[in-house]
Amino acid sequence: MYDLAQDNRLPHFAGIGYKPQHFQSLISAPGAVRWLEIHAENYMGDGGRPLAQLRALADRFPISVHGVGLSIGGEGPLDPDHLARLKHLCDWLNPASFSEHLAWSTHGDTYLNDLLPLPYTEATLTRVCAHIDEVQEALSRPMLLENPSTYLAFAESTMDEVTFLSEIAKRTGCGLLLDVNNVFVSATNQTWDPVAYIDAFPLAQVGEIHLGGHDEDEDEHGAPLLIDSHGREVVDPVWALYAHTIARGGAKPTLIEWDNNVPDFPVLEAEAARADAILQPAQV
Amino acid sequence: MSTQFKSLALMGAVAAALGAVTTTSVSAQAMEKCYGVSLAGENGCAAGPGTTCAGSSTIDYQGNAWTLVPAGTCAEIELPDGRMGESEASLEADGYIGLARDLPDDLAEDVLAQYRDVSMMDEMMEEEEMDS
Amino acid sequence: MQQSDFTAAILDPNAPVPPGLLDPEGRPAGKRFNVYRNNLAASLTDALETGFPVLARLLGADSFKTLSLIFSRAHPPTSRALSQYGAAMPAFLEGFEPLAAYPYLADIARLELAIRRSYHAADADPLNAAGMDPATLMEQTPVLAPATQIVASPYPIHGIWRRNTQPDAPKPQPVAETVMITRPEFDPIPHLLPAGGATFAGALDGRTTIALALERSIEATPGIDLAPLLTLFLTSGALTFQKGPDQ
Repeated sequence: MYDLAQDNRLPHFAGIGYKPQHFQSLISAPGAVRWLEIHAENYMGDGGRPLAQLRALADRFPISVHGVGLSIGGEGPLDPDHLARLKHLCDWLNPASFSEHLAWSTHGDTYLNDLLPLPYTEATLTRVCAHIDEVQEALSRPMLLENPSTYLAFAESTMDEVTFLSEIAKRTGCGLLLDVNNVFVSATNQTWDPVAYIDAFPLAQVGEIHLGGHDEDEDEHGAPLLIDSHGREVVDPVWALYAHTIARGGAKPTLIEWDNNVPDFPVLEAEAARADAILQPAQV
Repeated sequence: MSTQFKSLALMGAVAAALGAVTTTSVSAQAMEKCYGVSLAGENGCAAGPGTTCAGSSTIDYQGNAWTLVPAGTCAEIELPDGRMGESEASLEADGYIGLARDLPDDLAEDVLAQYRDVSMMDEMMEEEEMDS
Repeated sequence: MQQSDFTAAILDPNAPVPPGLLDPEGRPAGKRFNVYRNNLAASLTDALETGFPVLARLLGADSFKTLSLIFSRAHPPTSRALSQYGAAMPAFLEGFEPLAAYPYLADIARLELAIRRSYHAADADPLNAAGMDPATLMEQTPVLAPATQIVASPYPIHGIWRRNTQPDAPKPQPVAETVMITRPEFDPIPHLLPAGGATFAGALDGRTTIALALERSIEATPGIDLAPLLTLFLTSGALTFQKGPDQ
């Protein structure tokens, strides 16, 4: 079973997704930003500025390595070369946490550069668990698995997402990364109740929370379709769902994700401070 | 060329080159510079621009006779054998009908509208880079 | 639903949405599936625009978007690191009939790929010749630093690169040019490599002295001007020393 106290060294405060344009601000005046998350695939080169910056940041901040390309939900086997590169990065950096997505992105030799959805069945559960076992063994550390934003449903699914994720955590001992914005996006797109989703979620297994902005669109029938764009502020209903989550589950390391239309540092820092204010009463 | 002449030429060149070498050290600011941060595409976990329509547009360039006519700085480049790259103006003078009119309607509109925001962002980033 | 069907439908906008993908009312997913098509198309065209800024300027934004979309469907990434995406671009451009009038574009793509390789290449201590006497320097046996990249072209690729990246750069002259990219700190710098430079660089294998490499360059390139050539290699951080197996 994932042990929050032992397996995760991220502080129970706010962090941000690292963007190189914020390097100087983070070194000189990080404000409410207490930790950083990087996308593993952007640090798989041999040297140069990306790795030099990361090394300098790791001397000052706990770092979370967040993979986006492992394709844990893929039908095929995990790519051993990619797993080796992840191991190399984690061995070099010794990050405070490693996480990946409940999604797939690779089929054969083609990398689709997106987090694609999978049906929730006994067969996919078995496959995902086997892949997580393999990752945790290769990296010699437990990982966190993140709930996805989804835009459609599978006719063949036989269980709901919370049941699926809970079962993975139980079988593999991995922790969970709860993206509250993804819950809101998927719940809107799939007409689930987001509060019921949080209330059913195994919050004791949650090692990290994500918050981010989304875009609003609609499908051809006029039904709302939210897109997980990470291109703006977190919206108020997501803040409310986050506050509900913290009230229920206690303070958790909380990441502000902002990947498109990246703002100046003070805007991000203000989002981090807002998360801290919600975490404050829950700190023990 | 005699061996002796070769060595003399070499020595002169080496001395001259060494004269240009000054002691330099890696500057502390180099790591923090923003220039170059986006020198390569980055992986991310954000979703793209929604349901419209770049990814769902078709471009049937193989079946068509359309030519991709650059609107950038291509036209000013003179090739070593004296030819110029063809400009849109020179092609149109030969009866060519331009790119936007030659593509499927939905592509021309959707693809281009789709990316207007992105290209504006890039221009802003370029300006910032020039400033810094 | 098989992931192969999902993959094929993402890459082909004419393909029907795979069966079994539903909206919350149980209707076929339709437009919802396009979210995934668009995520891929938009992220790849963005990555190409970031990775090939000079190509994008040469073609103009709209034509480059169109090219990127065509390229990304023909050559979706095979590596999970997007920083490497676009390696197939030079060969693709060479066979891309609609741009046949611009034969230098493929070499510009090669140059921009080499700049990216340089950016991510391993760090190395440059050969520091400061204070060295000429005879000592001549006996050194350096290698090219990992970040040093050389791209030769029958077209003026250095002039084209400069014209499209630096304000007030002159118009490129119609000549063949070879570029050497070096990375003295963290930013790759493309230099125009003088005649004979490629021979000199090619000779430096960690066993060959600078003196011998220069002599080979003289033999291969009559009229070679050695001083500026060597100055470039010594002042740009192009050279380093090979590390032994125990280092």
